[in-house]
Amino acid sequence: MFVSVIFVLIIIGSIIFHFWSPWWWTPVASNWGNIDDTIILSFWVTGAVFVAVCLFMAYCVWAYRYRPDRKAEYKPEDKKLEFRLTWLTALGVAALLAPGLVVWNKFITVPENAMKIEVVAYQWGWNYRLPGADGVLGKTSVGLISDDNPYGLDSSDPNSKDDILVMDADLHLEINQPVKVELRSFDVLHNFYVPQFRAKMDMLPGIITYYWFIPEKKGDYEILCAEYCGTGHYAMRGRVLVDDEKDYSNWLAKQISFEKMIAKNNLEKNLLIAENKN
Amino acid sequence: MSEKYTDNKIETKAADTSSGSYAPPVEKIPAKESPEQELYHAKSFWTKWVFSQDAKVIGVQYALTATAIGMIGLVLSWGMRLQLGFPETFSFLGPATYYQSVTMHGMIMVIYLLTALFLGGFGNYLIPLMVGARDMVFPYVNMVSYWMFLIAVLVLIASFFVPGGPTGAGWTLYPPQAILPGTPGSEMGIVLMLISLSLFVIGFTMGGLNYVITVLQSRTRGMTLMRMPLTIWGIFTATVLALLAFPALFVACIMMTLDNLLGTSFFMPEIFSMGEKLEYGGGSPILFQHLFWFFGHPEVYIVALPAFGIVSDLISVHARKNIFGYRMMVWAIVIIGALSFIVWAHHMYVSGMNPWFGFFFATTTLIIAVPTAIKVYNWVLTLWRGNIHLTIPMLFSLGFIVTFVNGGITGLFLGNVIVDVPLSDTYFVVAHFHMVMGIAPLMVVFGAIYHWYPLITGRHLNQTLGKIHFWITFVGAYAIYFPMHYLGFIGVPRRYFEMYDSPYMTSGVGLNQFITVAALIVGFTQILFLYNLFTSWYKGEKSERNPWKANSLEWHTPEYPPVHGNFGKELPVVYRWPYDFSVPGSDKEYIPQDVPQSQVPTAKAEKT
Repeated sequence: MFVSVIFVLIIIGSIIFHFWSPWWWTPVASNWGNIDDTIILSFWVTGAVFVAVCLFMAYCVWAYRYRPDRKAEYKPEDKKLEFRLTWLTALGVAALLAPGLVVWNKFITVPENAMKIEVVAYQWGWNYRLPGADGVLGKTSVGLISDDNPYGLDSSDPNSKDDILVMDADLHLEINQPVKVELRSFDVLHNFYVPQFRAKMDMLPGIITYYWFIPEKKGDYEILCAEYCGTGHYAMRGRVLVDDEKDYSNWLAKQISFEKMIAKNNLEKNLLIAENKN
Repeated sequence: MSEKYTDNKIETKAADTSSGSYAPPVEKIPAKESPEQELYHAKSFWTKWVFSQDAKVIGVQYALTATAIGMIGLVLSWGMRLQLGFPETFSFLGPATYYQSVTMHGMIMVIYLLTALFLGGFGNYLIPLMVGARDMVFPYVNMVSYWMFLIAVLVLIASFFVPGGPTGAGWTLYPPQAILPGTPGSEMGIVLMLISLSLFVIGFTMGGLNYVITVLQSRTRGMTLMRMPLTIWGIFTATVLALLAFPALFVACIMMTLDNLLGTSFFMPEIFSMGEKLEYGGGSPILFQHLFWFFGHPEVYIVALPAFGIVSDLISVHARKNIFGYRMMVWAIVIIGALSFIVWAHHMYVSGMNPWFGFFFATTTLIIAVPTAIKVYNWVLTLWRGNIHLTIPMLFSLGFIVTFVNGGITGLFLGNVIVDVPLSDTYFVVAHFHMVMGIAPLMVVFGAIYHWYPLITGRHLNQTLGKIHFWITFVGAYAIYFPMHYLGFIGVPRRYFEMYDSPYMTSGVGLNQFITVAALIVGFTQILFLYNLFTSWYKGEKSERNPWKANSLEWHTPEYPPVHGNFGKELPVVYRWPYDFSVPGSDKEYIPQDVPQSQVPTAKAEKT
């Protein structure tokens, strides 16, 4: 009796905790509300199975507790029952998998009009690069990275000239503008994760990974590195600020392009040479 | 398709009617196929108890060593929990030490505790006894296997004392960071970890070959495969998985050691780190992840399958009822084992591998849920209309069902590729795998220890301490890991040393404190269990022979507890499956496997 009651209480406690505890996800701020829907669906299907199995178990423990005069039933198999349970489970699993795969397909199919943005991760911080007016990100190479060329941009690639370099942990995005983030790491694994956008993907040195989303709510969101990247992992934070059109263009106007950066570097160099000469 | 289906149905019916009638007594005793095994008879204390070739002693050695290193893993978790729950009060862990604790805790618990305990511990002790063999087929290799394991453990411990400390690369040891200076222990710690793992694999292979060959070749007469207890099926299949999966870990370890020491670039692409370009180039970090998880996912089942098997036997014996759907249970174990080799990349949905893999691996992963669910149904259906003794092994088995179902269903979240995107690398994952491959198998380990302790020592563990141990461990562990899933929903990433300045993370502070307190209570309760384990060895209540009235062979040795050679002059002959409880037609409540039909002529004989 005692044992069954405790098991039932644990199940009831779990249900209460699920529905009434204050710990729940942050409101979604991107187009990936579908992911939340899939999670909710999973909760109902699997939750029902969990509650049913555990309550059945608790019932058996109570109803068939040891009595000296009781004799257990002898029933090695029940093909019909096993067959039904198998198919019922398969059906439940399919009901979870099918919508999940549909959303996944959406997740990996980047729309044509998505703006490409490069996110650069290093131990331990974030930088960004926007494609500029031509909408194309210029080529980069690890070998070219230097103090003067922090992104390792290939200056012989005409697309690189107007690329906008955001050497700051804050990234601004325009609301409702689909974005494809191209993820690039200089050193070890990182992961560009904004909980409110629901999306994440690892960043690896050597290859460019990506995902896409539409920021749909104005606001100030924290970027967390979600792939362990060494001692400073927990402190690797940045911010995404989703602006309306006006704020976004104001911010954009203040950023410098690769061309300007080279010019500025050269100017500084010349000044330095001039100073030395004097 | 439909034709086949009807065919099956007819067959099913035919089988049903045949088992419904009383079959004539089956008394066929197959002839001996192999000569009697010659055993090494130890004479001195050293060869009997230290460099022992007796699988039972080796099993206990494995179990004690695994428990000892497991206690270190447990203590490491306390440091982590204090940091996460009360970062201001307990500031003795810096980020580097924290990450080292995380890494060592994970590696110790998964490999050196659970794998060694289930296969090395229970495998060694139970396989020869339960299949009716005198010992493992290669006792000497079996002994070496244990000593290799011990050396692996010692190398692991040594890494705590080298300059730079043990590796803090996370238990997954992902390169490039595992061998680059931004990670703690990237000097000697990682090298010793890789060496220790390689030694473990070598040692395990020696033991593993023994377990597999013993099960295949050394079963006593009449012990057909379909008469083996599910414990043996679980351990056997898990060992096969391990023999196929561990080589992937082994090569990954060797390759990373080469990358680290000789400057090869298996896993190292062009890297610009801390202001300079490194010498590496051309390797792939994802390759390591594939190798690691090709081992790592079967590893989950290497731990889970023995637990599945053992818990089936515990439930059956203590509910005095045959395990429901034995054949289905065996096939489920085998199918799960086979499928476990084609699901590994579900750990890598957001690793940056080709996203199209997501479709394949999500499908295979969710298919595994079907045989797993069948096993769960069969456990609870075994309780149905049983005569349930609420002994401590039974309590732990019930605790296993709850924690396993809970951890299993969250697996359906993470296996479904799109749901994994927001949840991966958060506390949802941490909660999921602790519940499903930490707590659930540990419930079985504890249940199994309370169940077989009398067989090993001839004495019972203290029942009161046992009940306290069960309730605190089960309820406490559930209280730790069930709410932890919700931290993951908030978006709290795993492997964060601290995070309280984040705006919405602060809501998790109270929850983290609660979890820490619960973890400490559960942790300290294990000391109570160890106390019980040691004092009962000489003070415990003496156990009568076969105290649980089980049918399997290990309880029916001529001497109790069993001695070297296990069985007397003659090996037992097996006439039935191990689940003949409450058989209709018989006045006996249980019929051991070595009882011929002629002794219980009226009992209904199950076709096995």
